[in-house]
Amino acid sequence: MIGGLFIYNHKGEVLLSQVYRDDTGRNAVDAFRVNVIHAWQQVCSPITNIARTSFFHVNRSNIWLAAVTKQNVNAAMVFEFLYKMYDVMAAYFGKISEENIKNNFGLIYELLDENLDFGYPQNSETGALKIFITQQGIKSQHQTKEQSQITSQVTGQIGWQREGIKYRRNELFLDVLESVNLLMSPQGQVLSAHVSGRVVMKSYLSGMPECKFGMNDKIVIEKQGKVTADETSKSGKQSIAIDDCTFHQCVRLSKFDSERSISFIPPDGEFELIRYCTPKDIILPFRVIPLVRELGHTKLEVKVVIKSNFKPSLLVQKIEVRIPTLLNTSGVQVICMKGKAKCKASENAIV
Amino acid sequence: MTDSKYFTTTKKGEIFELKAELNSDKKEKKKEAVKKVIASMTVGKDVSALFPDVVNCMQTDNLELKKLVYLYLMNYAKSQPDMAIMAVNTFVKDCEDPNPLIRALAVRTMGCIRVDKITEYLCEPLRKCLKDEDPYVRKTAAVCVAKLHDINAQLVEDQGFLDTLKDLISDSNPMVVANAVAALSEIAESHPSSNLLDLNPQSINKLLTALNECTEWGQIFILDCLANYTPKDDREAQSICERVTPRLSHANSAVVLSAVKVLMKFMEMLSKDLDYYGTLLKKLAPPLVTLLSAEPELQYVALRNINLIVQKRPEILKHEMKVFFVKYNDPIYVKLEKLDIMIRLASQANIAQVLAELKEYATEVDVDFVRKAVRAIGRCAIKVEQSAERCVSTLLDLIQTKVNYVVQEAIVVIKDIFRKYPNKYESVIATLCENLDSLDEPEARAAMIWIVGEYAERIDNADELLESFLEGFHDESTQVQLQLLTAIVKLFLKKPTETQELVQQVLSLATQDSDNPDLRDRGYIYWRLLSTDPVAAKEVVLAEKPLISEETDLIEPTLLDELICYIGTLASVYHKPPSAFVEGGRGVVHKSLPPRTASNESTESPETAPAGAPSGEQPDVIPTQGDLLGDLLNLDLGPPVSGPPLATSSVQMGAVDLLGGGLDSLMGDEPEGIGGPNFVAPPAAAVPANLGATMGSGLSDLFDLTSGVGTLSGSYVAPKAVWLPAMKAKGLEISGTFTRQVGSISMDLQLTNKALQVMTDFAIQFNRNSFGLAPAAPLQVHAPLSPNQTVEISLPLNTVGSVMKMEPLNNLQVAVKNNIDVFYFSTLYPLHILFVEDGKMDRQMFLATWKDIPNENEAQFQIRDCPLNAEAVSSRLQSSNIFTVAKRNVEGQDMLYQSLKLTNGIWVLAELRIQPGNPSFTDLELSLKCRAPEVSQHVYQAYETILKN
Repeated sequence: MIGGLFIYNHKGEVLLSQVYRDDTGRNAVDAFRVNVIHAWQQVCSPITNIARTSFFHVNRSNIWLAAVTKQNVNAAMVFEFLYKMYDVMAAYFGKISEENIKNNFGLIYELLDENLDFGYPQNSETGALKIFITQQGIKSQHQTKEQSQITSQVTGQIGWQREGIKYRRNELFLDVLESVNLLMSPQGQVLSAHVSGRVVMKSYLSGMPECKFGMNDKIVIEKQGKVTADETSKSGKQSIAIDDCTFHQCVRLSKFDSERSISFIPPDGEFELIRYCTPKDIILPFRVIPLVRELGHTKLEVKVVIKSNFKPSLLVQKIEVRIPTLLNTSGVQVICMKGKAKCKASENAIV
Repeated sequence: MTDSKYFTTTKKGEIFELKAELNSDKKEKKKEAVKKVIASMTVGKDVSALFPDVVNCMQTDNLELKKLVYLYLMNYAKSQPDMAIMAVNTFVKDCEDPNPLIRALAVRTMGCIRVDKITEYLCEPLRKCLKDEDPYVRKTAAVCVAKLHDINAQLVEDQGFLDTLKDLISDSNPMVVANAVAALSEIAESHPSSNLLDLNPQSINKLLTALNECTEWGQIFILDCLANYTPKDDREAQSICERVTPRLSHANSAVVLSAVKVLMKFMEMLSKDLDYYGTLLKKLAPPLVTLLSAEPELQYVALRNINLIVQKRPEILKHEMKVFFVKYNDPIYVKLEKLDIMIRLASQANIAQVLAELKEYATEVDVDFVRKAVRAIGRCAIKVEQSAERCVSTLLDLIQTKVNYVVQEAIVVIKDIFRKYPNKYESVIATLCENLDSLDEPEARAAMIWIVGEYAERIDNADELLESFLEGFHDESTQVQLQLLTAIVKLFLKKPTETQELVQQVLSLATQDSDNPDLRDRGYIYWRLLSTDPVAAKEVVLAEKPLISEETDLIEPTLLDELICYIGTLASVYHKPPSAFVEGGRGVVHKSLPPRTASNESTESPETAPAGAPSGEQPDVIPTQGDLLGDLLNLDLGPPVSGPPLATSSVQMGAVDLLGGGLDSLMGDEPEGIGGPNFVAPPAAAVPANLGATMGSGLSDLFDLTSGVGTLSGSYVAPKAVWLPAMKAKGLEISGTFTRQVGSISMDLQLTNKALQVMTDFAIQFNRNSFGLAPAAPLQVHAPLSPNQTVEISLPLNTVGSVMKMEPLNNLQVAVKNNIDVFYFSTLYPLHILFVEDGKMDRQMFLATWKDIPNENEAQFQIRDCPLNAEAVSSRLQSSNIFTVAKRNVEGQDMLYQSLKLTNGIWVLAELRIQPGNPSFTDLELSLKCRAPEVSQHVYQAYETILKN
């Protein structure tokens, strides 16, 4: 399992280190700095093996998180954990920066202590962690009875929801966010298109309510069993073919598998309930017609035409088009028919 | 409250200041001071001098302060073990604190302090905590057992923590179960033989129930553990699969990958015509696709695993080509992996799309990626024959771009295409020649030279072209030099009149001016060939070349199977077995896929043994090579001394060479072949052995005829068992058994090549053993063994080899050599192959001998459940050369008196008691008397095998 965890700043200085296993020495810290952070340009894999020690590294906003191991660990798990660690830290003190990490090192140690025991990830739900690890350090005033409540809750089946929350108004907000990913060949032919969507929930509900969630999708039809291709295409207009969904851990997966109903006990606050993907039959909201012409060696002309596929009566707001430009672009001339356009050098893109 | 200020203290005497603060009365000040200490610790300053002062702060009711002190302890306890004892008291006290958080904290911290003295004190509190009423404490204690095991394995076993841990698997709290599973898995890994994780249907059921309830991490532990279980039959496998499939839609990709691992493994056991098999295949595709929308690092892990899955079961993802198309903002490592998978998935149906896509990639900016894309086009051409023409035209288009590295890469792959489809696309040579000057990388130059040499007769100015290369001969890399030499010789053989001068020039350059032995040797060989027999030279140099294989970088099937068992882990990311990168004994347990049920069970039975608990039958490969090194030296080398005909040999060598991706021409390996070990050492040792064998068996044959007792049917033959699994012998699998027929012993071997390359040059040698068994003839494998081919060989044995007592007595250590390596394994031979045909003793003699042998040499055995009567027993035994001397009926029991003789002249006398009239009592009682009592045990085993089969 994970032998140690290090946090570096962008220069490769160690901000925080925690070693869990004997096989991981402090010299690993330096090995990583020399071989990965300082040689970032050449490194072409997020897993580096130096002298039989494997480093899993993730870089987010110039802070490196590196997990070290000498064993054959579950690689996917380590990365999932590193990402979770970022999320947890962000939930506790906002933006992850060198300064914030230094300011909260005691807290991070506490969190790590709770999150990772002997290299095994334990509990990483912010909701649950916040119950007994707080920045103010007031927990010792709690009654013992309360403490044991905490522990049984943390380890219990529903580790994400606290008991005894009361709201005067029971509210639940639901956002469906969809993004269309489109890959187009230069000739304008659509190579692949899929919609990846998320259902984000914000829950302010009292107690432990059991919620059910239904969709008018193909899932419902599939429940009946054998659906031939013809039938699906007949009912295709009404139902949405959802190829695969992944659920937040509060959803009872076995129930979904057998009954095709999504039932869950929501955690308090905001969370992502479902993430899904539909690959087929996508009616694109826009048609994008790019035209790229090379004018000599130093000039490039890019023309982008966007046409809406909706009825003229529908109005769309806040459309943003980004055209990535080369790193060494020196000057951009923008001609725009509608709206505003400018070039942001910092993002290497025309917005 | 900003803590960053603690990092900034740099004054001298800081330690003193801290010391004073630590001892202050004010709680706030204390806490501040401890924080400062931890801060210095983090940046690597040595603050161990403050140890006693910090430990003093431990007794506090402030949890935060306590945590900090514990953190300090974990870091420095090792450097100050004596002082650490001071802390023990507090720990023990904390373990009984009413607050469960503090109890857990104490246990957790104690486990992390790796000081022997402390671990002694740890046992008591740990035992209490394992049975604590609070689940939080229990789950922490479960992990603590693993920690303790890491420090002192013996202690854990002595204290019986393992059993407590096993009980925790049935705990009511899912998280406790998950941690117990994780801890047990880790402990089991370091003890491959112990049956710690004794998985049975009941415990599996418990785990599956816990799976639905525990956290994402717990699910991973449980799934990983499930993957190690081997279900009894396909029905069980199916029911587990059904309960694991819901995990595929979990948001945590590690859970998904672990679930995929379990399914991939258990799918092996399901029969392919089952409906469920098809549904399962369909269910696997979407989650794998979803993994590709995760963060890039996870994508990378997923892609590496998909690469394996695609090789194992291409049907899962064959329709999902589009998702592997590269996005412009993918990191380079994701791009390269996607490209790899695209090629693997390419088929006739989707090749047009793939090609269009690849062509697009070839115009990207990233050089590495472009190279790989160009190479991919070539591989598509070789893989999908129908697309070859389109690929070639695409490559030509790319050459027209005149981008240096694109052109070079294209030429390298076009060379491969020529090898695959000879005489089809040679029209493009002219275009290639135009770009001769832009080539500056050795590989591309060598490829071009190869093309010119190979098609010299169609290129009018071939000699000029080659001559131009020759000018800078000394500056070229070895690869190009070798290629140039061969190409010019080819040219000379095709157009002898015009190029004589050129060939002389290159030969003298290669042989006289070069200091590279390879080059010199090859030069000399050509020179001699050309000067002695130009016709032979032509045959050798211009020999027909075999077509190159489709996919060159497939993982060997045995390794692939092993890696499938490691989906999601580091091994699957590196595409290496864990033993390749894990130090020490940990994690080197080989895992193997379960065999499909009901298909040739007998041969595969040893492999069904669950990983981590090798079954008794499984032969252990001799670990120490040192002992056998001596034997290796006089290992007689099998292939006929005359050597294979030159032409076939060159073909084989070429094939091997090509697989390695090398560019050397066929002739390149010839000198090595001749100078190599194949031609040394005539098998002198085998000759006398041979003689002995024929004489020995002839004699006993004679005996058979005169005595008229010997039966022709031969003795019992055990079914073949796998002696050397392919995993341990680079793809060579050996299974076999021993037989005795008409007086001669032989070893029936079945050699299977599970590797990707041809195997030749087989030879076998035995280590000295108890009965002097030795091969009577060299191992005769006439034809080279091509991949996936199996040969059956019967190797005659004799017993005149040198004798050394083995433990156990019938242990035989064998070394097998082939062109790849030498492999060692050991096996147990049944003793009855050593029972000779003249083992019948005279009655009087029997009586005398029976009395003569002292009573302490008598051994009693029971053969259970053998419902045979005396006649059946005696005839069955007789066919294996155990002779009945006399028969007596005492009190309704049949007594058989039997004798047998071993090859080394030891007599064994037996008394067998049978109760024929009593069907409920089917045990036979056997008492054996022999002057060498150590053989009795094995004779008994021989009796048992003969009578029970």
